[in-house]
Amino acid sequence: MQDETTAKTRLRIRLRPVAFIAVLLVLWEIGIRRQPNHLLPGPWGVIGGIADLVRHGLLMKDVVASLFRVTWGFVLAVVLAIPLGLAVGWYPRAEMALNPILQILRPISPLAWIPIAILWFGVGDLAAIFLIFLGCFFPLMLTAINAVQSIPAVYVNAGRNFGLSSAALVYRVLYPAVVPNLIVGLRITLGIAWLVVVAAEMIAVSSGLGFLIVDARNAGNRYDLVLAGMLIIGLIGLLLDAGMRSLEKVKSFRWGYSED
Amino acid sequence: MNLLSKPRKWEQFFWPILASALLLALWHYSVIWSGTKVFPSPREVGKGIGELVRHHVLWRDIVDSLRRVAAGFGAAVLLGVPLGLTLGWYPAANQVVNPVMQVLRPISPIAWIPVAIIFFGVGDRAAMFLIFLGAFFPVVLACISGVSNVPSVFRRAGRNFGLTAPQLLAKVLLPAALPQILIGLRIALGIAWLVVVAAEMIAVDSGLGYLVIDSRNSGKRYDLVVAAILMIGVIGLVLDLAFRRLEKLHSVRWGFRFES
Amino acid sequence: MIFERDGKSTHVLNDINLEVGNGEFVCLLGPSGCGKTTLLNAMAGFLSPTSGEIKVNGEAVRKPDPRRIFVFQERGVFPWLTVEGNIGFGLSKLARAEREKRIAHYVKMVGLEGFEKAYPQELSGGMKQRLEVARALAVNPDMLLLDEPFGALDSITRLIMRGELLRIWEAERKTIVFVTHDIDEAVQLADRVVVMSARPATIRQIVNIDIAHPRDISSPRYLQLRDGIFQQIGLAHKV
Repeated sequence: MQDETTAKTRLRIRLRPVAFIAVLLVLWEIGIRRQPNHLLPGPWGVIGGIADLVRHGLLMKDVVASLFRVTWGFVLAVVLAIPLGLAVGWYPRAEMALNPILQILRPISPLAWIPIAILWFGVGDLAAIFLIFLGCFFPLMLTAINAVQSIPAVYVNAGRNFGLSSAALVYRVLYPAVVPNLIVGLRITLGIAWLVVVAAEMIAVSSGLGFLIVDARNAGNRYDLVLAGMLIIGLIGLLLDAGMRSLEKVKSFRWGYSED
Repeated sequence: MNLLSKPRKWEQFFWPILASALLLALWHYSVIWSGTKVFPSPREVGKGIGELVRHHVLWRDIVDSLRRVAAGFGAAVLLGVPLGLTLGWYPAANQVVNPVMQVLRPISPIAWIPVAIIFFGVGDRAAMFLIFLGAFFPVVLACISGVSNVPSVFRRAGRNFGLTAPQLLAKVLLPAALPQILIGLRIALGIAWLVVVAAEMIAVDSGLGYLVIDSRNSGKRYDLVVAAILMIGVIGLVLDLAFRRLEKLHSVRWGFRFES
Repeated sequence: MIFERDGKSTHVLNDINLEVGNGEFVCLLGPSGCGKTTLLNAMAGFLSPTSGEIKVNGEAVRKPDPRRIFVFQERGVFPWLTVEGNIGFGLSKLARAEREKRIAHYVKMVGLEGFEKAYPQELSGGMKQRLEVARALAVNPDMLLLDEPFGALDSITRLIMRGELLRIWEAERKTIVFVTHDIDEAVQLADRVVVMSARPATIRQIVNIDIAHPRDISSPRYLQLRDGIFQQIGLAHKV
């Protein structure tokens, strides 16, 4: 008897966000109907837009283009920034030396680099990848530096106490100790990469989901496609984030979060 | 942290200056060595900054950008903090609203430009809307996590002393969550700064972002482009430091971080 | 008392029948995790018993109330308020003059003079604990419920704090229910010691400590009572 009611309440709780979304959609539809100008579509219009895109094979092409650029830019940034950041974090003098430079470069929106990116790489994939790389590099480096600096001194001392060589210290203490922080940083930076790619595509390239939005509007005010594009951007961004979160949950990385 | 000796005081200035000087030298000689006719050398950039200042362009653009950030960020705080506190206080409400936020959050504010233009036209208001969008979610999320991370001891002590729910929120949860909320606000401000620059490159015709694009478009003045980029970095850094000062003031005065 | 978490129910307390007299100092003694904190939380109204009832002065306990103040370990003090601010926390309904008078009274009583404007981060562990007791007393509760309040303190400070607590108790004669896992602490402080078993906790025995304060901790009667409890719990005499 008890199990039935708890199962039912649990289902009801799960459905609440769905109900909320449904309410929002209804309000949206009503709001659209009452608008005299017919520029913005309602929810049905957006679904129609998605169907349109799928039918013309555009959706897949653009999604792949965006993901391609994100992957390259992100991976390049990871490969360069993480080892560099770990090294800089380890040596206080290195951090002292580089910190001001990092702090000035960090607040610069990657998009501000567009003229330079185009100058160096022309309009196209490489420029976009460069921008994504820029957008990811500094946060990742700062994450790595911070991760090393937050290693409790006890771990390092214990390692040295057991007579570990420098190399072994890095491999057996430093690396496992920083992994939880790094993974969280990776997730956040991937989110940043996704934001940058969309923005970059709206300005500097002619394919991808960002371009889809700009093009849909410019070539005929197809706001149903605009909103469809936005929705898909949101969903893919969410999937990327969820994917990284599941990586965080992998047991061997979880030790960093045991305080619950 | 490592096996080298502790750095001295003077080294705090020595290393960054050395590194920056090296970087500038590297830049200078790269320009010479590569024989580029377009990319500016450090000296040219310096002269560019002087030129911008002399023509009063720089000041005006800085003020424009800051103005938009103030409006957009201010709106995000005014709306986002109460919402975030409420959602943090009622996890049930958070559970309902969360999926919608998770889908909207990964959509770059730049992708909202077509929608923003419909509602606000081309100009300041659209830019402020974009900044608001960019800052809103980080603010809300910071408040949610700030409130839910308040140790339950404080909540219970408050209830024990007979506080009603609104009193509890104001007298216990808000002060306790404030450090974390402030950090979230600082990050949101950084995001606002990124968005304003990007928005100005597309949707308005003043501000530092516009300066970047305009310098290139009207005459390929890459020296001004780089000058503007540097200014963006410097001002972004100033904003960040000012906020950190605020945080420090608050935390030194109240003197606490949770011993977690 | 049964807890449900993740679908598993944990039987935490079983068949507790306890009466506490007015102005009594009662200790709940038991090993860590046995459920004595749960019982204390239930008494304070933070938890509801799954079966049975808790009554204070004939009135059933349903929710937290300033008449029954819970003293957490020192981490319960609010770090964003000064010593004065903390002590005055529950006194917002009083007039300003009255509030200030009370705060001054309790600052003096717990021995924190000179620190009125200090923030908790400037205080030692023992001082923070005293601050929390002062805050609790300032609202003039009927009962004080203390949950291993001295657990985070070093053993010397702990001894000092026990004396302080007794001094305050004798001055104000509140009813005190004190949770601890330290046998000596229980025998030194309480009028009655409620010895609890491991989870699911039941009351093994209630020991009357009939020694007058101040208690000589080398007196034969003290040792006798203490050893009795040692045996009850089943602990060896030699380490």
